Amino acid sequence: MPITEILFWALSAAAILAALLVIFSKNPVHSVLWLIVVFFAISGHYVLLNAQFLAIVNMIVYAGAIMVLFLFVIMLMNMNAEQEPNKSKWMKLAGIISGGSLMLILVASLKNSTAIAGGQDAGIGLIQQLGRTLFSDYVVPFEISSILFLSAMVGAIILGKKEKNMNETNFSKF
Amino acid sequence: MPINYYIFLSVCLFCIGIIGVLTRRNAIVIFMCIELMLNAVNLLLVAFSRMHHAAAQALDSSSLAGTEAQIFVFFIMVVAAAEVTVGLAIIVMLYRNIHSVDINFLNRLKH
Repeated sequence: MPITEILFWALSAAAILAALLVIFSKNPVHSVLWLIVVFFAISGHYVLLNAQFLAIVNMIVYAGAIMVLFLFVIMLMNMNAEQEPNKSKWMKLAGIISGGSLMLILVASLKNSTAIAGGQDAGIGLIQQLGRTLFSDYVVPFEISSILFLSAMVGAIILGKKEKNMNETNFSKF
Repeated sequence: MPINYYIFLSVCLFCIGIIGVLTRRNAIVIFMCIELMLNAVNLLLVAFSRMHHAAAQALDSSSLAGTEAQIFVFFIMVVAAAEVTVGLAIIVMLYRNIHSVDINFLNRLKH
């Protein structure tokens, strides 16, 4: 068994196990930590698929920035304790059955497919090639995404700002 | 490595995300499950890009086919980062108003 195959199975097992722990752990902080494990496993898959740039971006953006944001919000709300009241067993069962049957249908319909042909890779996943494409053919979407980021930042600040009457009550307290 | 291994892995992660969205009530955990589903799709796109690249290279050894898919994944990550910021700001605002992140309290549109 070649080393890439062993790595593939190990990373897949880690990803699926950690994903299951994300949805079944009661404490949201544990969910975030397991989600970080999932993202690292997916980054490993990107490396196996010769997409090194995406592996690094996935690690930095998802496992780094986004998960830190989630942890910040969870700790801001002080949700360490298990606060989720028990949903009815039937709803849980219905959710699991519907998700599982979707998986069954997708797996059954995609059962027959071909192998990825081996061969020499021209290095499309390297930052040199991707950067050249990004800044020649896709420069307009790149600039538009910067505007998207700016608007998301403004939106987050406006949404996160305290309302005026709340502010006044806070000030009157001190 | 057959492509259907990657398809099955992505389908598994995606369906785990769906199960999480359907069974959990904590808004933040639901949001995390949506991120998980986005990542499953990204993984599938990268696997298809690799397959496309390998197939194109069998015909022309200097082919650069498959780069577009990776650019696409990059843009998905960009949009997901923006989406997370706004979504978490909305959740913080909800928490400030109803002092909980339980989505069952968010049924005011129903009445």
